[in-house]
Amino acid sequence: MGTGNSFDFERNIDAALADQQLKKNLRNAMDILVEKRRAVFTDPEALEQLRAAGNAIKRRALSKLPQLLEQLEAKCRQNGIQVHWAEDTAAANRIVLEIMRANDATELVKGKSMVSEEMHLNRFLKDHGIEALESDLGEFIIQLNGETPSHIIVPAIHKNKDEVAEIFHDKLPDTPYTEDVEELTRIARQAMRKLFARVKVGLSGVNFAIAETGTLLLVENEGNGRMSTTVPDVHIAVMGLEKVLEKLSDVPPLLRLLTGSATGQIITTYVNMITSPRKEGEKDGPKEVHLVILDNGRSRMLADPEFRETLLCIRCGTCLNHCPVYVRIGGHAYGHVYPGPIGKILTPQMEGLEQAGVLATASSLCGACGDVCPVKIPIPALIRRLRSESYDAKGDGTVSGHGYKKNLTETLVWKGWELVNVHPALNRLSTKMAGAMGKRLPKVGPLKQWTRARSAPKFAGKSLHDHELEKGGRDD
Amino acid sequence: MTSPDRDRIMARLHTSGTEHTVVPEAAIPPDSAFDPQEKITQLATLMGAMKTEVHVVETAGWVDKLKELARERGWEQLLYGPASPIGSAIETAWESDTDGLPALVAYTEPVESFKDKLFQIDAGITSTQGGIADVGAIVLWPTEEEPRLLSLVPPVHVAVLHADTITSSLAEMISVQNWAGGMPTNALLISGPSKTADIEFTLVFGVHGPKELVVFILK
Ligand code: SF4
Repeated sequence: MGTGNSFDFERNIDAALADQQLKKNLRNAMDILVEKRRAVFTDPEALEQLRAAGNAIKRRALSKLPQLLEQLEAKCRQNGIQVHWAEDTAAANRIVLEIMRANDATELVKGKSMVSEEMHLNRFLKDHGIEALESDLGEFIIQLNGETPSHIIVPAIHKNKDEVAEIFHDKLPDTPYTEDVEELTRIARQAMRKLFARVKVGLSGVNFAIAETGTLLLVENEGNGRMSTTVPDVHIAVMGLEKVLEKLSDVPPLLRLLTGSATGQIITTYVNMITSPRKEGEKDGPKEVHLVILDNGRSRMLADPEFRETLLCIRCGTCLNHCPVYVRIGGHAYGHVYPGPIGKILTPQMEGLEQAGVLATASSLCGACGDVCPVKIPIPALIRRLRSESYDAKGDGTVSGHGYKKNLTETLVWKGWELVNVHPALNRLSTKMAGAMGKRLPKVGPLKQWTRARSAPKFAGKSLHDHELEKGGRDD
Repeated sequence: MTSPDRDRIMARLHTSGTEHTVVPEAAIPPDSAFDPQEKITQLATLMGAMKTEVHVVETAGWVDKLKELARERGWEQLLYGPASPIGSAIETAWESDTDGLPALVAYTEPVESFKDKLFQIDAGITSTQGGIADVGAIVLWPTEEEPRLLSLVPPVHVAVLHADTITSSLAEMISVQNWAGGMPTNALLISGPSKTADIEFTLVFGVHGPKELVVFILK
């Protein structure tokens, strides 16, 4: 969430780390997801080939992005799908609101969509007297409890069944307390069926949009996505502009990578491909289909050859599952819609470094995210780039808010430090002096933070360099 | 239709320099190729693992098997499309004896006037466009004769699949059926009954879609 000044990452982390139940729920869940993924990608060599192919397909799509979007738009129009463009989330929200108003609709039934979370659509519609109802079971649970998703694939991952039982008992009328998961699911199914039968507008995300045929592809297991896109009179699909693929034959490898990485499935229960609204003679399906294409900072990312790779993302969520930081603090601590490694690179670019740059500091740079990413996004390298943009260490940055951490003392001190350490003679002199005087590293910037609760590193009496020389090492 | 948002977005995209993105050479790894018998086995095994009930039957005998199941399960109503490829076979079979069989309900009206009835029906039957062996899925292209909700709303979905329409992979299906030449309003891959694992990864079948999926593979 763009919580602005009220977002205190440190406080969130401390709170999350202190929550033993949360820690346990997350650990269990992430272990399962990691194991399930391993079980479908059994052959490491084949997986590497598939990742390379996935990376190449997405890169090809990005290399032609403007043309593919134009083609997608033309094809969709030809098929009867209405296409809308939104430069930012405010514009996207307005488009949805206008469609709701044009249909006299006061309720919206939603399939799972991270872009709609990015838009804070539910809150926006509520302010305009419209209720947005989540139909994915996980989303349904957290919406009842007034929360936002803590994971991009499994939104209620932070809750265990006792907690869900409590929520249903408290928030749904006449619902007895039960921890039986079958029963809890049945309760949700019943509530939702009534809704599907009456609500006039449905909204969904898009996993892939195929320019060749103007087809919107959605994956899911529950059937709520199919319900939301088939039963109501109107279907609104929202997508980030990076979701477009060139052709249908690009789909199979990416689909395999997506479902395997996300939930360890070789295929989801449903792959739902939508190419047009209800045609003359057809008995069901929405009479209107709208596609809202959202930019919200993505076109700016595209202009930077390195940050462009952020747009390869297929939102599988596996980088979250493999991240030692996410596993310990969970999604809510990040304070924004996209948590975990992908959030660390995406959010600062969308919201600017002042707002969200601190996210890039929450990484041990262990490299796990980059190793598992199905489309081979070099996440650790992008995190490092964002960190250095915060200080403008390498000249001018491109992300909004670059250099926000730069201040004169810090810059001068670290510049001096850098100078001394790349210059052998100066280095020798300074290490001798440091050893002799027991001097410490300059206590500014990150080191100041580090020493908040830890002692600062001290120099040894002898430099490692001298040490090695004494042991017979060669100086070359 | 252009809008100010579209123009600004497009202007940025066109000047982004993205055409210089390096596109590595990386071939899509080849899919497995199965012989006709393997296709059936593979599909039945994978779908079975996803709790689909698969029956491999002779083409001539599938309707008898359907009647047997219908009686055994005690369905009250069976929704179908009279003008679909399987419609007349079902009607003929129901003509001879209806004892203990569900009432046939034809999906021939627009959903607007049919919704209340539709949400009460306990089973629906459809034909299929094909099957995909390597992932274990059936393919549906709903039509005027077999509307989309037929395979979604009733708690039981029965699907009739001709063995010779099973391909080894999705890529093969896209190419042999020339999907790029024109996609239908809606195309679906279905690998099992609807399910969720959203609460503590406990797998539960039958969330918003069917709780049971029965596939007849016709040889
Ligand atoms: S960055 Fe990679 S691993 Fe993370 S969600 Fe995106 S595609 Fe998946």
